Amino acid sequence: MAVIRDMMPAFELFQPTSVDEALDVLERHDNTWVLAGGLDSMDWFKDRIKRPDVVVELGSVSELTGIRASGDGLEIGAMTSLRDVVANEDVRSRFGLLADAAAQVATPQIRNQGTLGGNLIQDTRCWYYRGGWPCYRAGGNICYAGTPRSMNREHAVTGQSRCVAVNGADTAGALVALGAQMLVRSAGGERVYEAEDFFVGPEIDIERMTVLEPGDLLTHVHIPGDWAGARFYWETARDRKSWDWALASVAAAIVESNGTIERARIAINGVAPTPVRLTDVEDLIQGMPANDDTGMAAGELATRGFKPLRHNDYKVPLARNLVRRAVRGDMA
Amino acid sequence: MALIGQDISPPDLRAKVTGRARYAEDFRAEGMVFAKLLLSPMPHARVRSLDASRALAMPGVLGILRASEVNQPDAPGEAALTDEPKYVGEPILALAAVDETTAADAIELIDIDLEPLPFAIDPLDSLRPGGPDARLEGNVRRFGESGPEWDSLKWPQSEFDAAEAEGRLPMGPPEDEWSHGDLDAAFADADYVLEDTIVHQSLTHHPMEPRSSMAYWEDGRCYLYGSTQSTQRTHQALAGQLGLEPDDVVFVGQYCGGGFGSKIAGATIYQVTALLARKIQRPVMMRINRYEENYIGRARPGFQAWTKMGFRSDGKITGIDLYIVQDHGPYGRSGDYNTAGAVTDLMYQPDAMRFRGLTLYTNTPPRAAQRAPGGAQIVAMLEPLVDKAARELGIDRVEIRKINAPTHDSEFGPQRATTTSAFVREAIDAGAAQFDWAGKQALSGQRNGTKVTGVGVGLSPYVGGSSGFDGLLLIRPDGKLYIHQGIGNLGTHSMADTARAAADELGLEWDDCAVIWGDSSQHHPYSAVQAGSQTIHAHTRANYAAALDMKRKLQEVAAAALGGAASAYRVEGARVTGPGGSMGFAQAAERAIAMGGEYSGQELPEDINNYTRGSATQLAGQGLMGVARDNFSHEGSTWSWVVGFAVVELDTETGDVVLVDYTGSADCGVVVHPRSLAAQIHGGSVQGFGQARSQKWVYDPKWGVPFAHRLYTARPPGILDVPLSMDWAAAGEPDPQTPIGAKGIGEPPVGAGSAAVTSAIADALGGRCLCRIPLTTDVILAELEGRAQPHALTEIHS
Repeated sequence: MAVIRDMMPAFELFQPTSVDEALDVLERHDNTWVLAGGLDSMDWFKDRIKRPDVVVELGSVSELTGIRASGDGLEIGAMTSLRDVVANEDVRSRFGLLADAAAQVATPQIRNQGTLGGNLIQDTRCWYYRGGWPCYRAGGNICYAGTPRSMNREHAVTGQSRCVAVNGADTAGALVALGAQMLVRSAGGERVYEAEDFFVGPEIDIERMTVLEPGDLLTHVHIPGDWAGARFYWETARDRKSWDWALASVAAAIVESNGTIERARIAINGVAPTPVRLTDVEDLIQGMPANDDTGMAAGELATRGFKPLRHNDYKVPLARNLVRRAVRGDMA
Repeated sequence: MALIGQDISPPDLRAKVTGRARYAEDFRAEGMVFAKLLLSPMPHARVRSLDASRALAMPGVLGILRASEVNQPDAPGEAALTDEPKYVGEPILALAAVDETTAADAIELIDIDLEPLPFAIDPLDSLRPGGPDARLEGNVRRFGESGPEWDSLKWPQSEFDAAEAEGRLPMGPPEDEWSHGDLDAAFADADYVLEDTIVHQSLTHHPMEPRSSMAYWEDGRCYLYGSTQSTQRTHQALAGQLGLEPDDVVFVGQYCGGGFGSKIAGATIYQVTALLARKIQRPVMMRINRYEENYIGRARPGFQAWTKMGFRSDGKITGIDLYIVQDHGPYGRSGDYNTAGAVTDLMYQPDAMRFRGLTLYTNTPPRAAQRAPGGAQIVAMLEPLVDKAARELGIDRVEIRKINAPTHDSEFGPQRATTTSAFVREAIDAGAAQFDWAGKQALSGQRNGTKVTGVGVGLSPYVGGSSGFDGLLLIRPDGKLYIHQGIGNLGTHSMADTARAAADELGLEWDDCAVIWGDSSQHHPYSAVQAGSQTIHAHTRANYAAALDMKRKLQEVAAAALGGAASAYRVEGARVTGPGGSMGFAQAAERAIAMGGEYSGQELPEDINNYTRGSATQLAGQGLMGVARDNFSHEGSTWSWVVGFAVVELDTETGDVVLVDYTGSADCGVVVHPRSLAAQIHGGSVQGFGQARSQKWVYDPKWGVPFAHRLYTARPPGILDVPLSMDWAAAGEPDPQTPIGAKGIGEPPVGAGSAAVTSAIADALGGRCLCRIPLTTDVILAELEGRAQPHALTEIHS
């Protein structure tokens, strides 16, 4: 069969108006695909590599959109646009870490169209996998990116397990650092996952980036009040200032008292198949002054055991320095 | 007031801002169908078998076009379709269907069996003993005594071993070599000598508008709507490719969403649209998407280079030894590397220079001129080295460029050519003043937290004008001047700006002029390709020549009607006035039609091009015609210059670079259109910023497959990679070898932008040259951290 790219094939489109309807469509059909903003999905469709028969587009499901108070925190519908997340006053004033991360996603046009849920569950950008190569993640039995001659500048330096792709979701690290929960619904009911458990690495399932299975919908993200108003630090290092995924990023929520770190929650992304929560670092820096020495120690600990590939050794000092900056208290 | 030197609204402006402008993809024809391409998935292969029967049986499929049905030029020429694809993404066949969805579905039903052939992605791999050749004929083509011949050139292993031991580029026997002066003596005379291996990436052109086209046939005549830099030359080229007379082809291309050298005379792929439309007897639209444009849209050749440069303690460059291995792609012959040698000699004026180089065929997309081909690469590679010497010798970095810059009489290159003018120092001075070089220099090395400031300067020359083309003007009985322009409209406004030379000579207001462009059925004169920054020079001259011819005819027409000597009549204010009275242009046009002969174009000058003769003949009898060849003197070659000044902030913990300030200053002769000049300086420089920092190719060396084939992976610069405000300046000195005094400006800003940034980054690194382009975050951070670079010394597609 000859191959053609960048030309979308036809599919059957459903546009339900409620979560129940959406779940019903997903239940009744095989080979389905859930479409949010479409920025990841359309690339797959156009390249004819992911070829669903049925696409369920969630743009008309109003219960999935919006930001509202929930306990001492916030609940954000998965279909809320990144623009609305960035513009929301509660997000900005209490959980600025998420606003900062969402504001750096791609471009204004993409943030208008892209959703928080879509950003979180986006597929990896490993160019071998996205190019349709029959790798582990695509159901094959090889990783093309991990060989000594492979082009893997943008791949993982830790957490590799046969697959060396990275998670590229800018908002993922921020939500891990904020201790968010992901609300998932399926025909079987609702499940709640801690953000850090929502993302799965290849050692758990090499063909998925998150816990979501066919028939599942990420409906809401709940951000507890635990870290509201903490000192936040978000930074992404990338080749361009827009429309680019992180070579590495850091998201940190730190509570200090008189210059001493009381508690912290830190995640890095772009370095592993999932966002990586740095619990060892969080433990290490508790009770230490927020300065460069602490930052350096944190950075060193964060990157201990990293195993760079042929072309991505630079990610080790990059991740180390991002963590260092987050901990020592730089202005983001 | 003369129009030259004023900001005016070009005639396409309203259409562009209101969306009424029609690009190739916007045209429709009754019964139009759509075509899609089948591209090669392999870097080099042969079609063993191809069975399209299942595709052709699909409802809505109208036909296919194979390689055997298009013109197959001799090697190394490129055909529009091939059964021996030589790069991933090369078109093998085209298929037409009632819509694109059907066409794409049908292509997937084609059974194709490809036999993989050896391939070469990195030129140096091809030179290794036993290394692969990109083409079945070999990897180099040279011009021997008995004409061009192919060779499978391999260098001895000992050269690769020596290069590795010495940490330099392997340099076996070159294919091209020239020199002047005594190089050994020049280096002996030097107080400071540096040597470096430098790598520059290949870059896809990536115009916003891909090379889409629509074609249909009517009464044996082909109508094609495409995107081009040069209308008349595309019309002529297309006729040649289709084996038709120009009269049997109508080419329409009024708007062009960017070309940068990739659409100089249209595009090879346009043949496919035309031939498929003829075969299936239906209008065919072929929309090229970004993925396809990445492959067939042309690219700038990359260089793997080595240089040795000698400097006297006063900053004078004594000698330059330059060796370039060029990554060529599979077709044609790109001269970038040779031009790079000439540019080096011109801008540094060494006492002695040796250039050596060769161009290797590779299984990567075809190369073509890209905005300052050869020049933009080499200045970004060498300018930081000149900085290194200046720092070593304690000389101001702007001063060292002025010390070595050419003057009007300077010679350069293998032929020891001269330039028409070189107001390089004036441009540097104007730019340095505008930028406040002295003040900004004080910021160099300043630290603000983790950020360190770097200040850079990059000089960039490029050819800026040709001559010998035709102008074609008509005053119709409505009294308006119709300026027929065969050049294109790729956003530079030259089709309007070069028309001003005629309007000014005839004393007209801009509202009295109409520019006719972009449609061969409207009759264009023989014109320069709109490439190599030729047009502002070539066509102010041609239009001026035609205006002088028209002015004489106006005087003679008036004298014949009103009495008195023709020379006593003045042409001004859209009137011809003399001893016998005055007549308007409308009346003059009517008189000219009545007089016939040369006045209305029935008789034409002997020396105009046959193409112009054909167009003028079509227009004859419709008004008073001015038509002439540009015979003005033009001694020496015409070069323009831009010097870029940049301030960057480099983050020492992440390798991130923010460009905070930029000024470009030009020597482009007389400034014809200030606003358009600013757009050229800034726009070209922004392309250079991307070249210096982010845009590149990535190839898997084992499989020969590219990954940077989307805009987001190719990473051209975005608006946030550009400073909030940018300045410009111009020397404004007229070139003495052209009557209007204007030289082209499209090319040199790219190198200026790129070199200013590579220079500024080296400055921020305390003078360390990383000798690699692009200077991406990983490359800079590896240097800062003292860790292994993410690439091998000469690795070019990483």
